[in-house]
Amino acid sequence: MNQLEIQNIRAEIAEQEIIRGLSLSVPKGEVHAIMGPNGSGKSTLAKVLAGHPDYKVTSGSVLMDGEDILALEPDERARKGIFLAFQYPNEIPGVTIANFLRAAVQSRLPEGEELEATDYYAKLYEKMDLLEMDRAFTSRAVNEGFSGGEKKRNEILQLAMLEPKYAVLDETDSGLDIDALKVVANGVNSLRGPELGVLLITHYQRLLDYIIPDHVHVMVQGRIVRSGDKSLALELEEKGYDWLRDEVAEPTLV
Amino acid sequence: MVTDTEAAPLGLERNANGDFSYPDTHLHDAGVGLTEETIHYISNIKEDPDWVRDFRLNAYKTFLSKPMPTHWASKDLEAIVFENIRYYLSSGTQAKRSWEDVPEDVKRTFERLGIPEQERKFLAGVEAQFDSEAVYSNIKAAVGEQGVIFVGSTEGLKNHPEIFRKWFGKVIPTGDNKFSALNSAVFSGGSFIYVPPGVKVKHPLQAYFRINAENFGQFERTLIIVDEGAELTYMEGCTAPKFNTATLHSAVVELVALKGAKIQYITVQNWSANVFNLVTKRAIAHEEAEVKWIDCNIGSRLTMKYPGVVLKGRKARGEVLSIALASNGQHQDTGAKMVHAADETTSNIISKSISIGTGRATYRGLVHVPKHLKNCKNNTECDALLINANSRTDTYPAITVRGTGNSVQHEASVSQVSAEQIFYMQQRGLTEAQAMSLSVNGFVNDLVRQFPMEYSVELKRLIELEMEGSVG
Repeated sequence: MNQLEIQNIRAEIAEQEIIRGLSLSVPKGEVHAIMGPNGSGKSTLAKVLAGHPDYKVTSGSVLMDGEDILALEPDERARKGIFLAFQYPNEIPGVTIANFLRAAVQSRLPEGEELEATDYYAKLYEKMDLLEMDRAFTSRAVNEGFSGGEKKRNEILQLAMLEPKYAVLDETDSGLDIDALKVVANGVNSLRGPELGVLLITHYQRLLDYIIPDHVHVMVQGRIVRSGDKSLALELEEKGYDWLRDEVAEPTLV
Repeated sequence: MVTDTEAAPLGLERNANGDFSYPDTHLHDAGVGLTEETIHYISNIKEDPDWVRDFRLNAYKTFLSKPMPTHWASKDLEAIVFENIRYYLSSGTQAKRSWEDVPEDVKRTFERLGIPEQERKFLAGVEAQFDSEAVYSNIKAAVGEQGVIFVGSTEGLKNHPEIFRKWFGKVIPTGDNKFSALNSAVFSGGSFIYVPPGVKVKHPLQAYFRINAENFGQFERTLIIVDEGAELTYMEGCTAPKFNTATLHSAVVELVALKGAKIQYITVQNWSANVFNLVTKRAIAHEEAEVKWIDCNIGSRLTMKYPGVVLKGRKARGEVLSIALASNGQHQDTGAKMVHAADETTSNIISKSISIGTGRATYRGLVHVPKHLKNCKNNTECDALLINANSRTDTYPAITVRGTGNSVQHEASVSQVSAEQIFYMQQRGLTEAQAMSLSVNGFVNDLVRQFPMEYSVELKRLIELEMEGSVG
C-alpha cells in the first residue's frame, strides 16, 4: 500500500506511443533511479505521473498508496503528494519564490483555513538553512533570470517545503557543474527518510555517486528492461546502453 | 489564495460582482428617453440655479449635434439606444450625514459592500451615490475643520458657487466629445472637493458609485480643486448588478491642481458585464503640481476611458498608471493623454492590460509636446498579457514630440501565459484558476507595488475572483 505503483502503463503524445507497458513500484523510504539513453521515454514517464495534459495514458494504472490517480488533475495529484522536480522549470515573471511557495502551501490547507505568515516564514527559513540558501533568494521572481544551478536548487527548495510522499526528479543533474550538483545532491539526501519515496531520472551515473539509490532500473524504448542495485549503474557506465537494446525485443522484463 | 486582507477595504467585493439589487422604488423618475423636458424635469427636482439649467440646455444641443465617435471607436457603441435609457432616478436630493438616516434598502446595499466599515477604518470621508443622487456624504470633523469641502456636486454648486463656477466645465468643455456633452446635460451626483492652500489631507476621501436600477444611465460629475501646496488622495469604486439590458455610466471628472499641489485619483471599477462605461477624466496641473491617475478597469461590457493631464505650469508632472482586465466578451479601451504646455514638464504612462478568452484590451495613448517647449520628458510603457490564444490586444500610441530639447521614451510588450507555465504551477498544487490569477498578479506586480496598500490588496482579490470566474 505504501508505495507508488505503476502498473503496466502505456502512454502516448500526439498519437505516438512513448511508454509501452511499464511497471515499477517505489515504496516510501526508498530511492529508485531510472537510467536510460536519450529518447527512451524517461521524461515522458515523469510527465505522465504528474498528469501533463499533452500525454494520454491508454492503458494501465498508477496507484499512490492504493489509490488510482490517473483520473486526477495535476493539481489534485500534487496536493495528494506527488512532486515533480522539472528538468526545465518555468519562469513565473513578477511572482516571488516566497509568494509562489506560500500559495502552494496554502493550497494544501483545508478550505477556509488561512496559512499563518509567521509559521510559514519560520518553516521556509528552516528549509533554506538546511539547503544552505541565501535568504534573499526567495524574494526573486520564480526562475526569472536564474542560472541552471539556481533553477534546480529552487526545485529542491520547493520539494523540501511541500513535503510530498513521492518525488520524481527529472534530470535534476542536467546542466549542473560539479559544485552545483553536490549542493543539489546534499539537499535531496537531507530529505531522504521513511516518509518519502524518490524516483530519480537521470541519463548519467555521476548523480548516483552523490545520491546513492536503493534500486536502479534501466529504461529503453518505453519499458524497464533491467532492474538491479546500485552496481547496475556502474555496469552501465562501463558498457553503455547498447548491450541492453537487444533485450527490448523481448516482452516486459521485471 | 495569498492575501493578507481581513475585509475588502474598498468595499467592492463582499460578494462576487456586487451582483445583487433591491427593487427600485424611486420617488423621482425622469422616465425613459431624453428631450428638453427631461432636462427641465431634472433641473426642477434639483432646484438648479438658472445658470446650471442654461448650461444643461446648451449641452443638450451640443450632444444632439455631436456625432458618435465612430471613426475610431468600437462598433459596439451603436448598441447604445439613447431613447431607452432612464436619465434620472432618485428618492431625494439631500444626502444624509448619518448612516442612520439613509433609507433601509439603500443602507443594506452599501453595508453589503462594506462601506461604513471602511469609513471607520481608514477613510477621511465618504460619499455614497445610489443611482442619480448621493444618499450619504460625510467627512471626518478634523478634516472639515481644516476647511476641506467634500460634498455632492449638487450641494457644491449651490453652497459654494464662488469656487464651483470658476472651474466647472473649464477642464473638460461640454463639447469635448458626445459623452461629455451628454453628461453636461443630465449630470447628477458625483463629488465636489476643495482643499485649501497648504492642507495635506492625510487619509483618502472615497466616493462609491452604485447603479441599482435597470436601463439606467448614471452621469455623475466630479470636480476637485486642490489649492496651492495642498495634497489629496481620492478613491472611487463602482459596481452594478447584472441586468439583462445594457446600462450606461458616463461620468465627467475634472481635477485642478494649483501651484505645487498634489492629487492622487484612484479608480477601482468593477462594473458588471452589461455596463457601457464611457468616462471623460482630465486634470490641469499648474506650476510644480503633480497629478497621478491610478486607474483600474476590471468589469463592464465596453470601457472607453483615457485619463489625461494638461501640464500647464512649469515643472508640472502628470502620471497615469493603469491596469485593464478584459474578460470574455469585454472590451477595455483605455489609455492616457498627456498634453505638455509648459517647459520642464514631465509625464509618465504605464499601462498593463490582460485579455482573457475573447476579451480585448486596447491601449490608446496621446502625448503631445509642442515645438516651443524645452526640457519636457515623457515615458510610456505598455505591456499586454494574453491568457488564451483567442485573446486580443491592440496598442495605438500617438506621440508627437516637436522641438529639440525634449525627450520621449516608449516601450511596449506582449506576452502570453503558456500552458507549460500553468502546468508547472498546478504541479505545485494550485488549481488552474489560482495559477492564472497568480500569473496575472505577477504581471501587474511591479505596478501594483506603487499603489496604496488597501488598494493593491483589493485589486489582487478582484483579479482572483475574475480568474475563478473565467476558468472552467
